Amino acid sequence: MILNDDSVARIRERVGLYPRHKSAILPALTIAFHQVGHLNNDVYKEISKIIKIPYVEIAEAATFYTMFPKEPVGKYLIQVCHNISCALLGADSLVEYLEQKLDIKKGETTKDNLFTLVTVECLGSCATAPMMQINQDYYENLTREKVDQILEELRAKG
Amino acid sequence: MFYSPVITNAAEVAQSEKLHLFRYVEDPEQVKIGTYEAHGGYKAWKKALTSMKPAEVIDEVKKSGLRGRGGAGFPAGMKWSFIPKDSPKPRYLICNADESEPGTCKDRVLMERDPHAVIEGMAIAAFAIGCHRMFVYIRGEFNHSIDRMQAAMEEAYEKGHLGKNVYGSGYDLEMVVHSGGGAYICGEETALLNSLEGERGMSRIRPPFPAIEGLYACPTIVNNVETLASVPHVINKGADWYKTLGTEKSPGSKIFSLSGHVKRPGNYEVELGFSLKKLIYDPAYGGGILGDKKVKGVIPGGSSTPFLTPDMIDVNLDYESLTEAGSMLGSGAVIVFHEDTCIVWVILKLIHFYRHESCGKCTPCREGTGWLEQIVRRIEQGKGQPGDIEMIEDVCGNILGRTICPLGDAAVMPIQSAIKHWRDEWQYHIDNKKCLVNTGFEFK
Repeated sequence: MILNDDSVARIRERVGLYPRHKSAILPALTIAFHQVGHLNNDVYKEISKIIKIPYVEIAEAATFYTMFPKEPVGKYLIQVCHNISCALLGADSLVEYLEQKLDIKKGETTKDNLFTLVTVECLGSCATAPMMQINQDYYENLTREKVDQILEELRAKG
Repeated sequence: MFYSPVITNAAEVAQSEKLHLFRYVEDPEQVKIGTYEAHGGYKAWKKALTSMKPAEVIDEVKKSGLRGRGGAGFPAGMKWSFIPKDSPKPRYLICNADESEPGTCKDRVLMERDPHAVIEGMAIAAFAIGCHRMFVYIRGEFNHSIDRMQAAMEEAYEKGHLGKNVYGSGYDLEMVVHSGGGAYICGEETALLNSLEGERGMSRIRPPFPAIEGLYACPTIVNNVETLASVPHVINKGADWYKTLGTEKSPGSKIFSLSGHVKRPGNYEVELGFSLKKLIYDPAYGGGILGDKKVKGVIPGGSSTPFLTPDMIDVNLDYESLTEAGSMLGSGAVIVFHEDTCIVWVILKLIHFYRHESCGKCTPCREGTGWLEQIVRRIEQGKGQPGDIEMIEDVCGNILGRTICPLGDAAVMPIQSAIKHWRDEWQYHIDNKKCLVNTGFEFK
């Protein structure tokens, strides 16, 4: 089993909230994503058994949403918004700065498997640009100094 | 103190007799139900449920002229009245919190800082349409909003504002906080319905409209977060009071998300009909342009709305004035860019977004947005060819009005507008294989 007891219990709880089981697919995928860090066929199969929806329907839904990585990522998934409001305040240079600091290119993972760097579409943080999301948290009004500090803290945590 | 450090004009709102949405958003205690109740919270819900008939609630909201704040601007009360009165099926109310139109970051503030206001508005709307199970669909990245809404909902159950036999009225109301998958298209109401049903988030052909056949093929109303958060104020103070705010055709107040090259980006609640120029330049709001440079263009209502050029920004922020100016109020996301911004670069950012977010159901949008991105990208990279502008116009013409949902139109309108206003700059880019102005924005 990939999903732990807590995730399974939370998914079961979601199922009871909807008139139809199928509505629990997205919340179930989100719970799995938060635990595992990415999604794949094995995860879909486990969800399928819990919410009693055919595996193919889980996969069908999951592959629509780019919010869920379908390949393993580093412990910290850094998602930089590169849309217009962030770009006007230097999101492209933020990506370059992160590439230098982490010594990887956009889309890659550091050798120690700690960080993956990607760009994403608007995250609804336009008046606090530029910004990035790391795992479940937003980091807004970014400066070079703040980025240094955030990376340092995450490295220290390991 | 707050999860998001975004600037608001809560202090001004607190002094105002009229503005109301942002009154308590700088109070960190406002998320707690005790504080919300002490500030008059849930009074409107109690009033509606215990002293009004559903039809009276609908009439009051209709009379108030409150229009949808998600982008389309459709009158909320009228939308509710489309729910069939004799249908034996359950009815559903969905709060659309899939906020993802580039530039828009207002619903997040309401959910993070005043979640009970959203729940109260939802409850009133649910009662008005006869719904006993309501949903809030929050985009999956908004983890903090999801947690806040969930916590607020649990408090509301505990205090008897939700659940069985609310206020002893015999009315049952359940609520579900649903996390979405972060897709822009799921902010379109029919795609949202598919997504909530566990399907791929693709839009549906209308008719049937959701009010007739929506979630699980039952009568459904989908309203934006800000629209619903406005409802308790309409019920508390009445439609006549609400109409004293704003303009005749755009009553009420609205939150504008101001972003881009301004000194004070933030979320500002103002009466509809407020001056765009004032929003950008007044020290209480945008405070002017970064580096005191000149404005080059303004997107007034989110990335889908046509541009305004400097000679057009002396305009009022209401539905009718912006339509007259050739643009739209949309979601109220004002994006400002200054003279050092290359228009081709701006469009590349936008069309990349729409290509990525197209659900792929309609061929013109699925294929067209991809072609447009390729052409715009090659122009931006200095590889533009003679005839590229005409080709862009041709592709745009084949998308506009030919798709099931408005995403195709949303992708096209800013491009057509950018070519209309800055055609010479596009031509310069193709002829000289470089930007007319430098776009190398560095973060601090």
